[in-house]
Amino acid sequence: MDIFTQQLINGLVLGSIYALVALGYTMVYGILELINFAHGEVTMIGAMVALSVIGLLMGAAPDLPGLMVVLAGVLVAIPACMLLAFAIEKMAYRPLRKAPRLAPLITAIGVSIILQNAAMLIWGRQYVSFPRILPEARHELFGAHITDLQIAIVALSLLIMAGLWLLVQKTRLGRAMRATAQSKEVAALMGVNVDRVISATFVIGAALAAVAGVLVSAYYGLAHYYMGFLLGLKAFSAAVLGGIGNIAGAMLGGLLLGVIEALGAGYIGDLTGGFLGSHYQDVFAFFVLILVLVLRPSGLLGERVASRA
Amino acid sequence: MLEVNAVSKRFGGVTALEDVTLAVNKGEIYGLIGPNGAGKTTLFNCMTGLYSVTSGEIRLEGHPLHNRKPHEIVARGFARTFQNIRLFANMTALENIMVGRHTRTRAGVLGAVLRCERTRAEERAIRERARELLDFAGLHGKGRFLAGHLPYGDQRRLEIARALATDPHLLALDEPVAGMNPTERRQMGELFRRLRDAGITLLLIEHDVKLVMDVCDRVAVLDYGRKIAEGTPEQVQRDPAVIAAYLGAETRAAGAAP
Repeated sequence: MDIFTQQLINGLVLGSIYALVALGYTMVYGILELINFAHGEVTMIGAMVALSVIGLLMGAAPDLPGLMVVLAGVLVAIPACMLLAFAIEKMAYRPLRKAPRLAPLITAIGVSIILQNAAMLIWGRQYVSFPRILPEARHELFGAHITDLQIAIVALSLLIMAGLWLLVQKTRLGRAMRATAQSKEVAALMGVNVDRVISATFVIGAALAAVAGVLVSAYYGLAHYYMGFLLGLKAFSAAVLGGIGNIAGAMLGGLLLGVIEALGAGYIGDLTGGFLGSHYQDVFAFFVLILVLVLRPSGLLGERVASRA
Repeated sequence: MLEVNAVSKRFGGVTALEDVTLAVNKGEIYGLIGPNGAGKTTLFNCMTGLYSVTSGEIRLEGHPLHNRKPHEIVARGFARTFQNIRLFANMTALENIMVGRHTRTRAGVLGAVLRCERTRAEERAIRERARELLDFAGLHGKGRFLAGHLPYGDQRRLEIARALATDPHLLALDEPVAGMNPTERRQMGELFRRLRDAGITLLLIEHDVKLVMDVCDRVAVLDYGRKIAEGTPEQVQRDPAVIAAYLGAETRAAGAAP
C-alpha cells in the first residue's frame, strides 16, 4: 500500500471537515472581527444531538436503513445548532457589540466552557460511540484504500462549500453579508438590517458545524463532550492559514491543514527514527499556526489589513 | 416632507446641535450650509439614525425618524451619501447598487438555499434595476469594475446611484461635489435637477456656495449648532448673521457676500 497516497486521502477527508468548521470561524470574523471560540462546541453539540437522535431511532425502529437513521440525526442536529448559535449571538455577543474587542473574545471562551459543561451534564463524561450502521465498503484508489464514508465526507463537504460560495457571491443575503463585512455602518445606512445579517451569519456557520460534527464523529466512530475544543482550535488554525475573514481561504486552509497533519503523522515516526510517533499528529496544526503567524500573518489568501479599510 | 423640530444633540458637555428647527418641502432642493464644525453632518447623522437625538424630533412624511435604526429610516424612504466616499470598495459597482435594493426586496436564508422561482425573479429584478441606475448615474458599462478602482468622480456618482437604489423620497447628499472640478460640478448640478424632476426631494450639504446658489430652492445656515438663517439663496446671501458667521463678526461686511 502506498503510504503517501493513503495519507493524502486521509488528509483530504479530515481537511474537508476542518474546512467546514473553519468557515464558521472565518465568516463570523469577517463580519464582527470576533473569534467565536464557542464554534468548536457548536460542532460538538451537533455531533451529540445527532447521536442521541440516532440512538433513539435505532431503538424505536431497528429496521430502518443506517443511512436514513444518520440522515435523520443530521436533519435534527442542523436546526438544533442553528438555534443554539442564534441564541449565543443574541445573548452573549450582541450586548457587547460596541464593547472593546477583548470583551466578546473572553465571553466567547466563557460560552465555550459553559457549552462543554452543559454537554457533560447531558451526555456524560464517557465517549459516546457512533453505531456502525453506515456502509463500510473499501475501494482501491491509486494503490490506497478509500471507504464509502470517506468519499461521502469529501463529496458532501465540497458540495456544501460550493453552495456556500454561491450563496455569498450570488444572493441578496450574500451581498448583504459582504457589505456588512466591509462596513456595518454604511450597510445599515443603505437599508441592510445588520443585526439580521449577523444572526444569519452565525446560523449558517452553525449549520455547517452541525454537519461537520456528525461527519467527524462518524469518521472517528465516537463523540465526546470535549471533542469541540481541539477540533475548534484546529479549524481556527485552518482559518488563519487561509487568511481569516476570507471564505475561500478557510476552504483552502482546512484542506491543506488536513493534508499537512496526515502526512506529518504518517512520516513523523520515520523522520525521527521512531522517537516521535503518529500520536503527535495534533502538533502539526499548531506548528503551522505559528509558522503562518510569523511568516505571513494575513494567511495565504488574506489581504493585508491596511487594504480592508 | 421632512420636519426637524427643536433638535438638540449633545456629546457629553459639547453641544453639537441646539434647538434646530427646519422643514424641507416636497420636491425642492434644500441646501444646508455653514462653516466647518457648524453641525451639518451631525444633523445628517441624527436624521439617518447613526446618532440618537438628545431632544427634539425628526419626522419624514409624518413618521418619526429620531432614534430609529438606520435600516428602518431607509425603508421609510430616506437615503444618503457620505462626505468622504464610503462605497463597498471590494464589491463591483453593480453589486454596490444591488446592496441598495436590499430594503425593497425580501429573500432571506431560506430563499438563498432553496432558490425558488420567486427568489430568482427577485434577483433578476434587482440586477435589472441596478443596471438602470448605473446608466442613470452616467456609469454605463462600468458595472463590473470594483468600486474601489473607479475614478473619484465615478465613485461619487456611484454613491448616488446606490442611494437611489433604495427608492428614496428624500435623498440627502453630504458634500457631493467636494473635490470635483468645475465641469464635474456642473454635471452634478444637472443630475440634481434631474433627480428633483423625477420627484425626489433633495437635501444638500455643500461648501460650494456657487452650486448652492445655482441649484437650491431654499437654504438653511447653521453656525455653532444653531440655525442662524433660512430662506432663498438670495435672502440668505444678504443676511447679516450669515455674513458674520462666514467672515467673522468684526467685519463690516457691506456687499461682501460669502
